[in-house]
Amino acid sequence: MTSKKIRVLVAKPGLDGHDRGARVVARALRDAGMEVIYTGLHQTPEQVAETALQEDVDVVGLSILSGTHMTLVPKIKRLLVDNSMKDVLLVVGGIIPEEDAMVLINEGYADQVFTPGDALEKICSYITGHFT
Amino acid sequence: MKQLVEELLKGNRRAAARLITLVENEDRQKTELLQAIYPHTGNAYVVGITGAPGAGKSSLVDQLLQEIRAEGLSVGIIAVDPTSPFSGGAILGDRIRMQDHALDQEVFIRSMGTRGSLGGLSRSTREAIQVLDAFGKDLILVETVGVGQSEVDIVRTADTTIVLLTPASGDSVQTLKAGIMEIADLFVINKADLPGTERTVAEINMMLDMKNSASWRPAVIPTVSIRGEGIEELWTALKEHRLYLETSGQLAEVRLQRVRRELTEQVEYLVKNRVWAEVKDKFVLEELIEKIARREKDPYSSACELLDSINFFESKS
Ligand SMILES: Nc1nc2c(ncn2[C@@H]2O[C@H](COP(=O)(O)OP(=O)(O)OP(=O)(O)O)[C@@H](O)[C@H]2O)c(=O)[nH]1
Ligand SMILES: [Mg+2]
Repeated sequence: MTSKKIRVLVAKPGLDGHDRGARVVARALRDAGMEVIYTGLHQTPEQVAETALQEDVDVVGLSILSGTHMTLVPKIKRLLVDNSMKDVLLVVGGIIPEEDAMVLINEGYADQVFTPGDALEKICSYITGHFT
Repeated sequence: MKQLVEELLKGNRRAAARLITLVENEDRQKTELLQAIYPHTGNAYVVGITGAPGAGKSSLVDQLLQEIRAEGLSVGIIAVDPTSPFSGGAILGDRIRMQDHALDQEVFIRSMGTRGSLGGLSRSTREAIQVLDAFGKDLILVETVGVGQSEVDIVRTADTTIVLLTPASGDSVQTLKAGIMEIADLFVINKADLPGTERTVAEINMMLDMKNSASWRPAVIPTVSIRGEGIEELWTALKEHRLYLETSGQLAEVRLQRVRRELTEQVEYLVKNRVWAEVKDKFVLEELIEKIARREKDPYSSACELLDSINFFESKS
């Protein structure tokens, strides 16, 4: 009788002003049956972590196009851990070089990294796959 | 589980968030949790805000937050957005307009999807309100899109209900038809920077004057929530309505009604779940449904037979 839904925070930390990509991903996740909390542009890491806490999300998806992923992602991960949310799935999307992605994943800052070439279905099925 | 409630009562934000999830997901422990929470509720003042999609509800909430916080009150916000009937997913975007208060520890915002279960929306919203009430929030604002019956039901849970209209959309007349007129304690005409505001305000005032039977006459307040105009007036009117409810004894009446509804809903909920669990245990409903569709049976006697077979009617003794 329980009716769980996967809740995803789609956040845009950093200063870049494009959220078209984030919106497209948000819609795809909704169409895959998820509840997507969308918060708009220019989020600070503190805002992202606090929103994740209040909304009790299962997934945090960060869209970062500004090139500042190597500082933002670890910072947000640490804040999530501070909020007792270390188990939240953290995925990053953006223009992120392969070697950076490897570091983020290997150091445990991110669970997965997607780049603009990745199909939306790949992102959706990665998340749904994680919760089945 | 006990610990989660204890943490909630201590003001732990993570516990509040977890508990709302558990009640929203119809978790097995839900009833037990709500039982533990209930004695600690009844202190928050609940304000419902409803209006057409895009009317400016979230922007208004954001502006109201400044007034509320300036008085040192703590706030819980429940922002409800529609769930897609096709995928079951939802985009919950109300927080976009409330970012100024994202890090204020005295403000707790929770987004909820309607999730479409029959009557379930008003119940899960009410339960989320209870969590935030026990959490110690002085004021709880509930934002819902005013389109359907369930949204109207949510608003009925509130102590004060604000109905938001806009001048341009011509939705005033429509809304009044939908019976929202009756539930409004305050009318806000948002986007008062757009043409047609004066006419809309006059229209609503005229209708209110015609109907004027109750002792509370709703105020009609123009606002421009993107510029913060009219917000002070709205906050004042809100406090006036609260004072009216408190001094006239209406507040006690409103809350009695709410408890009556809570009790009724809970009984219906238990009966429904129990009956369906037993029926589904015993029968393959699909076969019966097909028989009814072929007109070999009818739904009226079939329903009685189902209930008979689980001794529903005898269990009265
Ligand atoms: N011109 C004008 N635009 C406004 C005003 N208030 C809000 N808006 C705009 O109206 C749009 C919708 O505002 P929201 O606050 O998100 O409205 P809402 O009722 O919460 O929307 P939903 O939750 O999607 O139903 C935004 O683009 C706002 O900038 C206002 O007073 N005047
Ligand atoms: Mg809104």
